[in-house]
Amino acid sequence: MEIFVAKKSDFKASDRRIVQSERGEIGVFHHEGAFYAYSNTCLHSGGPACEGLLMPKVVDIIAEDRTYKGQEFDESETHFVCPWHGWEYDIKTGQSIGDRRQFLRKYEVVERGDDVFVIA
Amino acid sequence: MNAKTPNNVREVRFDEFSSSGSLIKAAEQAHKRNYKDFLIVDVDSHHYESESYGEIFKFIESPVIRRQALESASRGGRSSMLGGSVGYQDIGGRITRHWLRKHEKTEGPQHRDITTTLRWMDAMGVDYACLFPTPMLFLGTHPQVEIEVAMARAYNRWLCDTVLEHEPRIISMLYLPFNDPEATYQMVKDFGHRKGVKGFMVTAPRYKPVHDNAYMKTYRLLEEMGLPISFHAAYNWNDQSLQLTNRFIAVHALGFMWFNMVHMTNWVVNGIPERFPKLKVMWIESGLTWAYSLMQRLDHSYKMRTSDCPSLKRKPSEYMREMYFSSQPMELPDDPSILEATFKMINAETQLVWSSDYPHWDFDLPGVIYDLPFLNEQSKRNILGGNAAKLFNLDPKPVKNIPPVGSFK
Repeated sequence: MEIFVAKKSDFKASDRRIVQSERGEIGVFHHEGAFYAYSNTCLHSGGPACEGLLMPKVVDIIAEDRTYKGQEFDESETHFVCPWHGWEYDIKTGQSIGDRRQFLRKYEVVERGDDVFVIA
Repeated sequence: MNAKTPNNVREVRFDEFSSSGSLIKAAEQAHKRNYKDFLIVDVDSHHYESESYGEIFKFIESPVIRRQALESASRGGRSSMLGGSVGYQDIGGRITRHWLRKHEKTEGPQHRDITTTLRWMDAMGVDYACLFPTPMLFLGTHPQVEIEVAMARAYNRWLCDTVLEHEPRIISMLYLPFNDPEATYQMVKDFGHRKGVKGFMVTAPRYKPVHDNAYMKTYRLLEEMGLPISFHAAYNWNDQSLQLTNRFIAVHALGFMWFNMVHMTNWVVNGIPERFPKLKVMWIESGLTWAYSLMQRLDHSYKMRTSDCPSLKRKPSEYMREMYFSSQPMELPDDPSILEATFKMINAETQLVWSSDYPHWDFDLPGVIYDLPFLNEQSKRNILGGNAAKLFNLDPKPVKNIPPVGSFK
């Protein structure tokens, strides 16, 4: 079933919408020119997984000699963060960062003209 | 479902907040699990008393300390009379309710903390919540003992007069200024009979041993009054051994167990349970695995070194198994049989009491107990509310009002 999400012209980059479907709530992200959609129910304790911050991955800087040199953001990998407890998910795959065996249910997003739909 | 139905799509806002709205998925869980049918008691929840310091400081009895407090609070940004703790519990802002809560709107004459507390309680399906402070969890390491005493008395009087007197669903175990044994005793005498006071609480990060003779008359008084004593965990990043850690996850994981492990060990090996057999003791916010591990460790050594603790008539674990343990943060191992063994070890059916720790970063919902595959319905209800109702002498009839969640926000 196709569910209308928004006009693409109204759906700014780094913005998101929460869509009600018969399968439950779905979070639709507009990120770096692409759309991604996932279940809005966190795998941890059922929180609103898609309603928190978008944050770049944090990495430790380890030098050639294996010494620690601080931390930085890796802007090439963006996470969305469940606001209840901080569980992070890869925005491109829905993979749980804290337990990489787990994935949020992913939904297909289609663009038709200026309209954005999610298939649920 | 019809396409282009505006009611089916919403935006995510970061300029508004309500405790009810942010927990709407908790309310959905409460409805699905029929929490309305039975009592749920949260033995460890919090408010941010620092948001009411302007009111609380007026209750400080010493005019000199009262003036210091009010003056230091009126000039934000500099060092304060109470100090603070190093830490970043909100994970760099990722726990959004910590900074969005300033947008929460409340109306009516009742105190804001009552309104917001009842909102999250109803959303989760909680009937009664035992409310504790937040920054004051670190007050036990304040270098000035008289400041701990002054703040404890002011906070307790403010809490009784402003919150507990007005809202029967909010209860508390009041803060004990444990660095001053005489003031600790006097606190129980002065406040033990106040409405909503169900016991007294010692914040765990501190450096006075619980077996000091100076505390015995307080333990006797609590035992006579039938009020439990609890030890609420927290960390102290200035502790010499915890200073070895360099990430919050480390100091939190270790610190919240460490001080309670020390106090529990001292409590047992010094035979306090034999001296006060009817005194009820609760260990708060250390999770469960520490108790399981410490029971085995102490029992193992006790069989060889009984002369170190001659007051004991039974193994250490047998005394520990008669104490109460709050559930949060409940570790959920991949293999549930490990958790099941932990439950057996601590006599969870009668001794485990559910807690949320809301609104702190690692809060638990009642589902952490209700969804466990190895508990029967009665055991779930005991842990979620029945055990605490007996301990706190609460009416077992549910009084919650879970908000409807049928309409899409």
